[in-house]
Amino acid sequence: MAIGDALLARARDIPVRRAGRSTRWTTVGLGLVVVVLAYLPYVAYTTVTDRLVDFLMLLTMATMWNLLAGYAGLVSVGQQAYVGLGAYAVLQLSDWGVQPYLGVLLAAAVCTVIALPTSLLAFRLRGDYFAVGTWVIAEVYRLLIVRDGDLGGGSGRSLTTLSGLDHTLREALTYWVALAVAVLALLGCYLLLRSRLGLALTSVRDNETAARSAGVDVRRAKRVVYLVSAAGCGSAGGVLLVSSLNVHPDTAFSVQWSAYMIFIAVIGGIGYLEGAIVGSIVFFAVQEIFANYGSWYLILLGALAVIGAVWLPRGLWGELRARTGAQLFPLRYRVDTPVTAATPVPVER
Amino acid sequence: MAWVNAVVQGILLGGLYALFACGLSIVFGVMRIVNLAHGDFAVLAAFLAYSVADATGLGPFWAGVIVIPVLAAVGYLLQRVLLQRSLGVGPLATLLATFGLSVIIQNVLLQTYSADARALDIGRLASASLRISGQLSISYLALITFVLAVVVLVGLQLYLSRTRTGRMLRASSDDPEAARLVGADSRHLYGIATSIAFATVALAGVMFAMRSSFDPSIGPTRLIFAFEAVVIGGLGSLWGTLVGGMVLGLAQTVAGQFDPALTLLAGHVIFLAVLAFRPQGLIPARST
Repeated sequence: MAIGDALLARARDIPVRRAGRSTRWTTVGLGLVVVVLAYLPYVAYTTVTDRLVDFLMLLTMATMWNLLAGYAGLVSVGQQAYVGLGAYAVLQLSDWGVQPYLGVLLAAAVCTVIALPTSLLAFRLRGDYFAVGTWVIAEVYRLLIVRDGDLGGGSGRSLTTLSGLDHTLREALTYWVALAVAVLALLGCYLLLRSRLGLALTSVRDNETAARSAGVDVRRAKRVVYLVSAAGCGSAGGVLLVSSLNVHPDTAFSVQWSAYMIFIAVIGGIGYLEGAIVGSIVFFAVQEIFANYGSWYLILLGALAVIGAVWLPRGLWGELRARTGAQLFPLRYRVDTPVTAATPVPVER
Repeated sequence: MAWVNAVVQGILLGGLYALFACGLSIVFGVMRIVNLAHGDFAVLAAFLAYSVADATGLGPFWAGVIVIPVLAAVGYLLQRVLLQRSLGVGPLATLLATFGLSVIIQNVLLQTYSADARALDIGRLASASLRISGQLSISYLALITFVLAVVVLVGLQLYLSRTRTGRMLRASSDDPEAARLVGADSRHLYGIATSIAFATVALAGVMFAMRSSFDPSIGPTRLIFAFEAVVIGGLGSLWGTLVGGMVLGLAQTVAGQFDPALTLLAGHVIFLAVLAFRPQGLIPARST
C-alpha cells in the first residue's frame, strides 16, 4: 500500500497532457476548414456543393462505423438499417408537419430509440456473427418499411414538403445541414472518446478481459457506442432524403452503405477519427476518377480494402501516424516527464 | 392439402439451405470465422457452370462436376494466401477482407455477365415431378437437392468423426496449439476445411441455379439464409445446420402460404426469435 501511495504521489507530479502546440494549430486549421466549407455555397456552383453533400454524408457514416468497429470492436454490416430508418423518419415526420431539415436532426433521436431494443437482440451475437446478425436486422427493417403503404411501400416515395423552397436556397440549406451533421458527428465522437467513457472504450479495445476486471462496464460502453452510431447514421440517412428528395427501400437499406463505410474506414484507418476523413477523400477521389468505367471503382476499392485489412491493418492514417506522430484530434496522452521535458514521450492511447 | 404441400416444399427447400449452410458451419467450426463472400462464391460457381455448359455443350450436371473441384482449389488457395494471413492480423481482418471479396466478386460478375438473370437449363427435369395427389407434387429436382444435402452432411459428419484428417481438423478446432504439438499442420488443415466448404457451396450454387434464375447480386441473400440456418440449428453442429435449414425453409413456405410478401420476413423473424429465446440454437454442438 505504502509503495502504491508513494508511486501515486510521484505520478501526480508528472504532467500528463493531451493537447500540445501542434494540436492547437491543427484545431485552428480544422476550424478554418469548417469555416471555408460553410462559406462555399456563396461562391461555388451547386454542382460542387451537391457532390460535397455526398462526401459529407459518407464521411458521417464512415465516422460512425469507425467508432463502432475501432473503439467497440463491433463490426456491423447492418448500419444501413439506420441510414434507411433515418431517411424514412424524416419522411414520416414531414408527413406529420415537421420541417425536413429539423427532421434530419430528429432522425438521430428516432434511430437512437429504435437502436436500444435492437441492441438487446444484436448483442447476443459476438464477433463475426454480430456482423451478419445486424445485416439480417437491417433486412427486417427494410421488409417492415416495404409493408407500410403510407410510406410508399416497395416502390418508394418523394419528399414534397421542400418543393416550395427556391432551388438554390434549398441546395445551400441541404449542404449546410449535411456539413452540420458531419461536424457534429466528428465532434461528438471526439468528445465521447475524450470522456470517461472514451477511456473505458480504449481499455476495452486494448484488452477486454483486463478492462472488465478493472471495473469497466463493457456491455454498457459498447451499447452507448452502438446508440451513438445509430444516431449518426440516422442523420446521414436524413441527409440522403433531403438531398435526393425521394427514397426507395432497396436503396436506402442497401448493404452498399455498409460497404462504403467499411471501405472508407479500412483504407483510412480503423480506430482513428482522422481515418474516416482520409478514407473518405480517397474513396471520393477513386469514385470521381473512375466515374465513367461502370462498377470498376467498386472493384478497385474492394481490392484496396482487402489489401488494407490484411496487409495494412492500421490504414493510411495509422501508417502516417506511426511514422510522424501526427494527429488532428488530440486523443493521445502525452507524458511530459520533468527530466526530459523538451522531448515528451508519446504514450500510445 | 395446400398446407401439407407447403410443409413438404418447405422441408425440401430446407435441404438446399442446409447445403448452402454446411460450408459456413464447417469454416466457423474449425477456424471461428465467417466468410462474408460465401454466397457470392456460390453465385460464382453458378456462373462458371453456366459458362462451361455454354462453351462445351455439356449438361449442367457435368458442368457442375467440373466446377466443384475448381472452387475447392480456389478455396484452398484463398485460405493459404489471404485468410491465413488475416487470421494473424486480428479478429476484424477476416470479416473485412471477405466482405471486400464479396463486393469484388459481385462487381466482376456484373461487368463480365451483366445484370441479366440467367438459369441453368436442365431440360425436362426442371418441370418433372412426382405427383402424389391433386395438390401435392414433389419436384424431382427439389428431391435430388434434398437427398444430396443429406448425403453431403452425413458424409461430412463421417469424414470429421472417422478419418484421420477429420480427427485432426476437430483437434485443430478445439486447441490449435496442442494439435500442432502432435503434428497437425493447422495451415494445411484450414486449407482443407475451406476447400471442403467451397466444394459444398459450389454444389449448392449449381443446384440453386438449376431451380431458379440467378444474377450477380443474389449472393448476399444466399449468405444470409445460410447464416440463419446455421444459427437456428446451433453453431458448429452439422445436424443442427440441417434442422436449421429445414426450419427456415418451413417458415418461409408456410408464411408464403398466408401471404407471399411475408416469405422473407417470416424466415428472419424465426431467426431473431431463436436468437432471443434460444441463442445456443435448436441443436447445440456440445450437448450431443
